[in-house]
Amino acid sequence: MSAYYSLVVLGLCILTGYAGQISIGHAGFFAIGGYLSALLTTHNLSAHGGPVVSGLAAMGILTRRPDLYGGELLTVHPWPACILAVFAAVAVAYAIGGPVLKLKGHYLAMATLGFGIIVYRIVLGTELVGAADGIYDVPAFPLLPGIAVSGKSSLRVMNYYVAWGFVILGMVFLMNLVRSRVGRALASIHGAEDAAEAMGIPTARYKLKIFVVSAAFAAVAGVLVTHYNGGIGPSESSVMKSVRYLAIVAIGGMANLWGALFMSLILNYLSLRGYFGSFDDAVFGVILILIMLFAHEGLLRRQLLDQIRGAVIRRGGGDDP
Amino acid sequence: MNLLSVRDVSRRFGGIQAVDNVSFDVPHGAIMAIIGPNGAGKTTLFHLISGFLRPDRGSVVFGGAEILGLMPHQIAAQGMARTFQQTRLFPKMTVLENILVGRHLHSRGGFVACMLHLPFTRREERAVREAGREILEFLGLSGQADAEAVRLSYGQQRMVELGRALACEPRVLLLDEPAAGLNMRETAEMGTLISRIRERNVTILLVEHDMSLVMDISDEIVVLSYGQKIAEDVPSAIQRDPEVIRIYLGEGDA
Repeated sequence: MSAYYSLVVLGLCILTGYAGQISIGHAGFFAIGGYLSALLTTHNLSAHGGPVVSGLAAMGILTRRPDLYGGELLTVHPWPACILAVFAAVAVAYAIGGPVLKLKGHYLAMATLGFGIIVYRIVLGTELVGAADGIYDVPAFPLLPGIAVSGKSSLRVMNYYVAWGFVILGMVFLMNLVRSRVGRALASIHGAEDAAEAMGIPTARYKLKIFVVSAAFAAVAGVLVTHYNGGIGPSESSVMKSVRYLAIVAIGGMANLWGALFMSLILNYLSLRGYFGSFDDAVFGVILILIMLFAHEGLLRRQLLDQIRGAVIRRGGGDDP
Repeated sequence: MNLLSVRDVSRRFGGIQAVDNVSFDVPHGAIMAIIGPNGAGKTTLFHLISGFLRPDRGSVVFGGAEILGLMPHQIAAQGMARTFQQTRLFPKMTVLENILVGRHLHSRGGFVACMLHLPFTRREERAVREAGREILEFLGLSGQADAEAVRLSYGQQRMVELGRALACEPRVLLLDEPAAGLNMRETAEMGTLISRIRERNVTILLVEHDMSLVMDISDEIVVLSYGQKIAEDVPSAIQRDPEVIRIYLGEGDA
């Protein structure tokens, strides 16, 4: 699970750390992905007997499975549900990214925070998605024959590798992106937007695209966590979750994917194991405040690591001329 | 043949007419300078030409096409590169990386292609790096390629910014006070560099305060005062123009 949350953090890292666009609404995209796939894979369609439903069932988009009470459920198969859920998150990101990304700094933070709150209030207030209870009994996600994302204890070891597979894949994609012309363009937007524009970089379009990519990472993570947990609740979309992701990006060194991944794995692991107890949210809030006060370029900055490495080499090398 | 034609361009900020009906032509291959006292509207005029500001009226024709109303990145794609009065280097990037951003228009890979690291993006990246190193060599900064750009001396930062614009392979290069803040030796170096850039078949339009630089390298000079063009001529004639001398040395019958 800690690995899945890391996908959100990685996506946010590239948006905030590299491209310099802050978002305090990523839990919203996570929730859109998670809730939509949960809803589609649990909502029983067998009562609606129309031609559309039977057609979809024939195409394999709908799937039958037994419910807890021995009856039969007709629901959307996890694969089309997943694709639809991620597309929905991408569409929402496009729609709100256009106007919102014209804002900068605090204003962008406030706008994305507002988006996060809206998503939270909607899922909390909608009966269809279980209101405060959320959605449960979400089936396993059969990725490939023989491989499924599920929280069943018999599949635990396999899921460990599946989750890591996703993280490695995500990491490879983003590392490639960072080292490419697009990565440089994003960093240049962060550094000096007008100069980037003068170099022929369509800054508005690039910001929107990276926002959408980042939202897609969050939505995929949302889908996977939901199938792994067998359910999703409104707390997944709460603002504190977004703050947590941002805090991890910050402590990971902002523009440092490896740092973000490392910190995400440690902190999410500790948090999920309950080491922070009831102070869980407070811990991440405090981390964010401390980073902003004392190291607003992030803790695990590359320069810092270079300095440490330099110091170690100098000491190890002894009497360099 | 004129590469760039500015026609009746005007822009007002509140009660101030920053640029007032300015027209001039930049011939192909020329070095043209815009001079004038502080607040004459030189930088505003630059912003109007490069698309960072919209004029209230007028027209800017570049290479035969109207570019007024385009976004700055679209104008850049037409072959116009510019530098800024205050250096706008990308922090946290090395000198080479800064230059490589200038190659953006000469590479194609999109988000998906770059994420997948497709073979063509790999070839492209090699070509981009080669071009970047060539530019560094041209500037004489090859030794600093991997230094963080904002840690260089101020004079070298200005060179990097120039190199970054040059990496765009522009048809016209707009330089906003390239010698601002440079000492005499650095200014002379900058002058030589600008002349060498012209040899690369780049037309140059510059705004400048430093008279020695402008007089040395320009083919033609436009003089602005309070947003209006008051003279346009070759450097030797501008030096003798009584109106120009008046606005530079101050009013008065003395």
